[in-house]
Amino acid sequence: MSKVTPFPGQAESGGGADQAPGGMQYEVSRRPGVTDEDEVLEVAVGPHHPSTHGVFRMDVKLDGERIVSLKPVLGYLHRNHEKLGEQTSYLGMMPYTDRLDYFCSLTNNWAYAIAVEKLAGLQVPERAEYIRIITGELTRLFNHACLVGFLLHDMGTMGTPLMYAFREREKVLDLFESLTGARMMCNYQRFGGCRNDLPDGWLDEVSKLVAEFPRWLDEMEQLLTGNEILIARTEGVGVLSPELAVSAGVTGPSLRASGVNYDLRKVDRYGIYDRFQFRVPLGEKGDVFDRYMVRVLEMRESVGILQQAIRDLPGGPVIDPRARQRNFMPPVGEAYGRIEAPKGELGFYLISDGSRRPSRFRVRAPSFVNLTILEDLCLGHTLADAVAILGAVDIVLGEVDR
Amino acid sequence: MVVTARNFVGSYYDPDRLPTIEYPEKRQKLPENSRSFPMLIFDGEDPEAGLRCVACKICEKECPPQCIYIVAERDSRGRAVRHPKIFDLDISVCMACQICVEVCPFDSIKMDTAFEMAGRDRFGAMLLHKSELAKSDAYFHSIHPSEAVGSDARVEHIKKPAGRSQAAPAEATRKAA
Amino acid sequence: MSKAKGKSKGRAKTTASAAAPRSTSTDAPTGSPPVSDRLAPGQLKAQIEAAVEGARIEVVLNPAVPGQSSLVVDPAHAVAVARFLRDAEDLKLDYCSNVTGVDWPDSVVEEKVVHPERVEGGERTVEETIRHRHPGYLEVVYHLYSIPLRHGPVILRQRTANRVDDTRVASLTPVYRSAEFQEREVYDLYGVHFTGHPDPRRILMWPEFEDHPMRKDYVEPDDYEYEPTPNAEVLGKARRHYPMEGTE
Repeated sequence: MSKVTPFPGQAESGGGADQAPGGMQYEVSRRPGVTDEDEVLEVAVGPHHPSTHGVFRMDVKLDGERIVSLKPVLGYLHRNHEKLGEQTSYLGMMPYTDRLDYFCSLTNNWAYAIAVEKLAGLQVPERAEYIRIITGELTRLFNHACLVGFLLHDMGTMGTPLMYAFREREKVLDLFESLTGARMMCNYQRFGGCRNDLPDGWLDEVSKLVAEFPRWLDEMEQLLTGNEILIARTEGVGVLSPELAVSAGVTGPSLRASGVNYDLRKVDRYGIYDRFQFRVPLGEKGDVFDRYMVRVLEMRESVGILQQAIRDLPGGPVIDPRARQRNFMPPVGEAYGRIEAPKGELGFYLISDGSRRPSRFRVRAPSFVNLTILEDLCLGHTLADAVAILGAVDIVLGEVDR
Repeated sequence: MVVTARNFVGSYYDPDRLPTIEYPEKRQKLPENSRSFPMLIFDGEDPEAGLRCVACKICEKECPPQCIYIVAERDSRGRAVRHPKIFDLDISVCMACQICVEVCPFDSIKMDTAFEMAGRDRFGAMLLHKSELAKSDAYFHSIHPSEAVGSDARVEHIKKPAGRSQAAPAEATRKAA
Repeated sequence: MSKAKGKSKGRAKTTASAAAPRSTSTDAPTGSPPVSDRLAPGQLKAQIEAAVEGARIEVVLNPAVPGQSSLVVDPAHAVAVARFLRDAEDLKLDYCSNVTGVDWPDSVVEEKVVHPERVEGGERTVEETIRHRHPGYLEVVYHLYSIPLRHGPVILRQRTANRVDDTRVASLTPVYRSAEFQEREVYDLYGVHFTGHPDPRRILMWPEFEDHPMRKDYVEPDDYEYEPTPNAEVLGKARRHYPMEGTE
């Protein structure tokens, strides 16, 4: 553990000479046998490349088909979300968090609510905690389902698994619409609870969906998991060692695929996750196949969590009536709240000066940090593998660029 | 292949495997909580006189993207009266977050469900004025029945006096403060 | 690395319907619960100052969330301190979750002091206003957690000398790789220069961009385009943009 090298293939350097901004300071580690510049081809993959999941560019240097350097270029979707946070009231920032990871707006809301509740010392009623878990796990279900679809789409299945995944997602989105009013930009969690109670019959719909989901998952696995082409494309591709994964702050399924047992639902036990029985799937090799497999297994665990939550859902209020939403002014101080979002650790760091607006609003976006080691994963692989690796990292550009 | 074949064949008879509908001809029923853009509720027949809005400007202040613009009406002596002269809402900026609805103490602004909107003008058609925003209470009842019942009860409670005089109900002011 | 609790997923690559357990059971209470006094800022301060020679640590208490108080480290010893925190057996803070910048602009605090003054024929109280000028600085905040011991956060802060010309702190990227992009972001948005960073370029803004937009005194460029919204703020922009036309 003590011998961690943040940059594999290089000696660790201490804080050294003063450096002017701009210009590369370190050499990329080259795969043995790769010759030097003479045959290197520079390709800009993106920003409008279909496999980059949005506007994201990879400046790739290729030797033949092998990648010798890859620089992610971000910021095409940058809108300075954090500055907006400093200019908007606490409540007014809630709908903006929907737009970070626009796939998983409910978990974004949840993370932000947790940070604010920490800051202000608010308690959440039990029913609201259960509703948060139900919505959060539904989000995880369809996020992982769609990720599998996207991953396969990137590898050239022309959308068949993706469309199957979207069909399932559609059902979840319909549920979200009848609960929150919107399909994607839910804006549902509030400080100290949830905005409104469940509509009539909503829970029955959820249990129906949860009961049917494993059948769909079996079908998906029958189609994919044993598929020879999928295994050939993913096995041994983009191997991430557990040491590097921890040092690079990789979180979420990608970290667990490398065999590191770190799931915030178990570690922090935020909300009421300590009441639920579930297992944390771990991978062994840390390659793309493991990342795929961990997600599939996590979906199965999520189904179990959902069943328990639906079974145990208590009555009562869904929001603390004393929690003030408008003119919400938390005490002076700071708080870092984090949850296990489907893509990894999503954290909100707030500094309050006691006014209506946070004096610092920071989003620790999982897909942004997970991109740090994209180059290390791709070096030595072909460009086609880089697409699969990027697909398995699971980025959403709304969150990367903020 | 078995799976794709099952889905292909299944899509002919199993609605679970073919969830799409032929949209303009057939329509999905919107859930009750569904929302698109805000609208202003008026009681009675006259959209101008029955408007519940009192131009308190809370929604204008709270709106995260700042898409609402309100000017209060003034009486002959120049004092603001409890009625909006201008109520504009820029739906090209609005992000349908429903915060205006939550903060309104008068149950005056509510979410519409109409989503089929189109205009020929990039700017003008996107800026909705008071007359376009005003929708009757009956319409509100038809799209959000259970929410409308609760809001009617509250409105009865803080009944706006006829003629929109300055004699405002004390509780409404307190609630707005 | 904590090859945690019986990793026995078994690469299920043959059939999907195999009923064999493929995930790891971690239902048992996981690890030791977070021990708060091990990470108490006072104790950490003593521990660090004993281990890292010359390090000056200052504890900043957090009134809102007492468990998230932080340690201010001088940039000269930041890397050594971070390396110690990462490698110490009972800390093992090997996971740097969050790196962010904070801008504290110059502030003037007015203090009213009442003191008696002797005048002829007795005393009277005189009120005097004293202005304390606090120079501003930029701050970089690191949230550290431990994956094997499952505790945290320990919050490290580095402060720059001022906000204008000496905005250097030490980069912790050599210790925590996860700081690489996040420190680039802090440089981009706040203008903090990280000495020892391997790749100090802008990340979110384009390379030719000059200012640092997250600073409190950042003035946004005049890129107004006509909008019909009669919003007061937007109208103000319009007036600044078209000073001659006297926009409505």
